[in-house]
Amino acid sequence: MIRADHIVKSFDSRTVLDDISVEFETGKTNLIIGRSGSGKTVLLKTLVGLHAPDRGSVWYDDVEFTSLGFRERKVIRKEIGMIFQGGALLDSSTVEENVRLPLDLFTAQSEAEKRERVDFCLRRVRLEKANRLYPAELSGGMIKRVAIARAIVMNPRYLFCDEPNSGLDPQTSIVIDNLIHEITHEYGITTIINTHDMNSVMEIGEKIVYIHEGHKWWEGTNDEILHADNAELNAFVFASAMAKRARRAAR
Amino acid sequence: MFRTLQLIGRYFILMGKVFSRPEKIAIYRRRILYEMEALGMNSIGLTAIISVFIGAVITLQMSINLDSPFIPQTLIGYATRETMILEFSSAVVALILAGKVGSSIASEIGTMRITEQIDALEIMGVNSASYLILPKIVAAMIFFPFLAILSIVVGIFGGWMIAYVTGIMIPADYLDGLLLDFRPYSITYTLIKMVFFAYIITSVSAFYGYNARGNSLEVGAASTRAVVVSCVVVLLFDLILTQVLLI
Repeated sequence: MIRADHIVKSFDSRTVLDDISVEFETGKTNLIIGRSGSGKTVLLKTLVGLHAPDRGSVWYDDVEFTSLGFRERKVIRKEIGMIFQGGALLDSSTVEENVRLPLDLFTAQSEAEKRERVDFCLRRVRLEKANRLYPAELSGGMIKRVAIARAIVMNPRYLFCDEPNSGLDPQTSIVIDNLIHEITHEYGITTIINTHDMNSVMEIGEKIVYIHEGHKWWEGTNDEILHADNAELNAFVFASAMAKRARRAAR
Repeated sequence: MFRTLQLIGRYFILMGKVFSRPEKIAIYRRRILYEMEALGMNSIGLTAIISVFIGAVITLQMSINLDSPFIPQTLIGYATRETMILEFSSAVVALILAGKVGSSIASEIGTMRITEQIDALEIMGVNSASYLILPKIVAAMIFFPFLAILSIVVGIFGGWMIAYVTGIMIPADYLDGLLLDFRPYSITYTLIKMVFFAYIITSVSAFYGYNARGNSLEVGAASTRAVVVSCVVVLLFDLILTQVLLI
């Protein structure tokens, strides 16, 4: 379980997150949704410690993450996997080197064990023959899949995804969504996905939090979202034709 | 003034992170070798080309300006040697490297910052400052003194070559001048300077790259600032080290 407790975050004089409290459930695909610029990415980065909140705290199970120092955070960070919007693969390293980096730095595994683990993770994301390729040689979907492989290589307990579908075609988006969803349930990970893709919301969202102008506006499941009595949320959700059809079908 | 002090403070905070205990020495060793190739080996060509021409030009200019029956021609070889050893091979080569290596470091790390590669390292629990910057600093401090030696050798050769090709002076006099009143300490002095300059160029450039924010324009601006500040600091330390080591 990950819990944000009364988080406030400002940049200069602009308040980006205003008193946000939310709990993300273990073993579920939790989604943070909202318009562009609503504060989703800042919330996600605050949860993983890339931004320090001005007020409030972040809890990983019973540990208050925000009060920990760099060395203490390292223990929790080894249990975190994150998929960035652009993949954030190291340009100067091959696919294999990118995926095995955490193993090289933080484990005492033998070369054979590391190679086996990297191959397993790459197989898991269906990228068997890409070991020697560099990020510049990969397509957008392949970059995201390598990022997923790197995120799961250390068997994380928490998985964060910042707009994993951005820049991908609808078919590849579904593949990425399903992959994250499968991995979440397979390993019982607490997954938090930041998205404004309604396909993802309807397909894999088990708990959904809607952020609007830095405030938590609504939270619930993907069934509840279609019947929510919230004008802002409805305007966001039913801007998508797919969601409109889903509501008609539900009725 | 306050902003300058703030900048210096942030630089030292970053250096504190850079020199904290590395995660795994073996990984750093591999990265140091990689950086020695990227920063050092790839600068050999540029250093050699510039040094050979500057050595030749110094010899030509000395020959033209010291053209007097009262001044022995051996002085031309002597002056070329001293100029190459004492100043060109360390300070001027360092300024050239600040342009080549400094801008490359700042733009590489700056791009990593804006494409969230540094954030990705931090999330993994990696000390990104140490992982990215320390190998560059160590590699440059090891390799740049070799570039200084290369510059001295090639520059002096350039002087001899121009004497031989143009006949502006007797090459044997040039060689005699090279051996005139030679003090090995001059080499030590230049190597010490180069180690300091290597640290300045890599750490200052990495600082600007690491703190780049925004978009590609910001990375370009950070790269420019890195080169300018590196050059100024190199010149300042050239003065200080000359005062400390030679006087």
